[in-house]
Amino acid sequence: MLYFDKVSKVYPDGSIALHNVKFTVARGEFVSIVGHSGAGKTTLIKMILGEEKPSEGTVSFESVNVQNLRKKKLSLYRRKIGCVFQDFRLIPSRTAYENIAFAMEAAGRTDDEIDSDVPDVLELVGLDKKMSNFPHELSGGEKQRVAIARALINQPELVIADEPTGNLDPVNTHDIVQILKKVNELGTTILLTTHNRGVVDELKKRVITLDAGKVIRDDPDGKYSL
Amino acid sequence: MFFKKLRRVIKAGFTNFWRNGVVSLASVFVMVIALAVIGSLMLSSTVFSSIIADVKAKVDVNVYMKTDAPEADILSLKKSVEVLPEVKSVEYLSRADALGQFKERHKDNNLIIGALDELGENPLGAVLNIKAKDPSQYESIAKFLSADESALASGQKTIIDKVNFYQNKLVIDRLTNILSALERLGFALIILLIIIAILVTVNTVRVTIYSAREEISVMKLVGASNNYTRGPFIMEGIISGGLGAIITTVLFYPLVAWFSEIASGFLGMSLIDYYSANILQLFITLLLFGIIIGAFASLIAVHRYLKV
Repeated sequence: MLYFDKVSKVYPDGSIALHNVKFTVARGEFVSIVGHSGAGKTTLIKMILGEEKPSEGTVSFESVNVQNLRKKKLSLYRRKIGCVFQDFRLIPSRTAYENIAFAMEAAGRTDDEIDSDVPDVLELVGLDKKMSNFPHELSGGEKQRVAIARALINQPELVIADEPTGNLDPVNTHDIVQILKKVNELGTTILLTTHNRGVVDELKKRVITLDAGKVIRDDPDGKYSL
Repeated sequence: MFFKKLRRVIKAGFTNFWRNGVVSLASVFVMVIALAVIGSLMLSSTVFSSIIADVKAKVDVNVYMKTDAPEADILSLKKSVEVLPEVKSVEYLSRADALGQFKERHKDNNLIIGALDELGENPLGAVLNIKAKDPSQYESIAKFLSADESALASGQKTIIDKVNFYQNKLVIDRLTNILSALERLGFALIILLIIIAILVTVNTVRVTIYSAREEISVMKLVGASNNYTRGPFIMEGIISGGLGAIITTVLFYPLVAWFSEIASGFLGMSLIDYYSANILQLFITLLLFGIIIGAFASLIAVHRYLKV
């Protein structure tokens, strides 16, 4: 469903973030992308979300060429993808419930759908007791669960998790990975970037290794090796 | 779909406004200052035009008739002057009225009254007091009179003794210049102050939205359209503007009452009566200004963070 075809990215200051990257992700896969800081993981994700355009090559999602999407189409396209970030990126002025409801509102869902779906997804990530808390009242692990719940609420075809465990302790890391695994088992494609060896080794799923903007390894049953 | 989104945007605007507490208060405060500037400019321009109208009403041109001018001629001159488009009104003062006014004015001066009595007859001619619609038009009225005078002079004796326009010309000219300069200056000042008020408000709102830039990028990333993302911010701006207008209108009441009290001596009107009579109109004007400035400021401020 996701195709990177000979993608390169050179930033205006001349630094090369990605060089001739080529891989595909099939529906239902759980792919981990590993690499040191600066290996190009974040650039890769920004390209999937249409935040950055490749200097060369094409990024496609199913039959859609992502870099050619204009404003309105882009926001429609982004609703098919759920995102989880290292820094959570919750809306600070809204409660856990409202943060998740916002993603549904943005997608134009009805109030009834929101009223019935939000509590369900909060229960799925184990946060049904804290739905009216603001992000600053939640711990890191709880914030990340809200973020995952938000990423899942619109039943996305792809969930991107960009270093979701980067700010979490081992116990929370384990929990988050288990939640992602469960989501994958329910049929959603997951793209995870991380530099946490434990996470990758525990998953035993496909691993793409990036180094200095190039794909240096792509193992179907990978281990963390850098 | 549209109304569902509109309702959500409005609701989110109110919620954000309430939760932002101090920040919202600050933007309402700035809005009150900006609207107070606009409101006081509107009021002072009213005061100003009432003063100008007052002064203008006091300017006139007096045509002094010869003592032997027949009343019928004077009245026909009055008629011909009255139909001029520049003329607002013509007042006819007969010889006896002129004498009565003169005596009234000098009733404490025994010497003048004595001299009048000594004279035995009325030395004063009849007078036409001419008021123009605008001070700048006295010149053409005076010209008409002198042309009329020469026309009369060719056939028969002139009935006009003198027109005091030429003595007053300097004063009238100067007054006309000052008034029109003041009007133009006032207008430029109003525009300038309004621009400053808008800029200050825009900047304050920009600072408050700067703290929400993260929020905006997150909204965009979860797939909200540009309009849906900026909607609540614009709503917040509109709320600040609306509240600002209400507070300004209420605060103005005691201020105007106080100023009206002090200024009653030199103002030809009661400012507080004017304010009470026009309070709704003033409020609606301020409300419109507030809403437009608030929405516009938010729009500008959000714009730069929408490019995700």
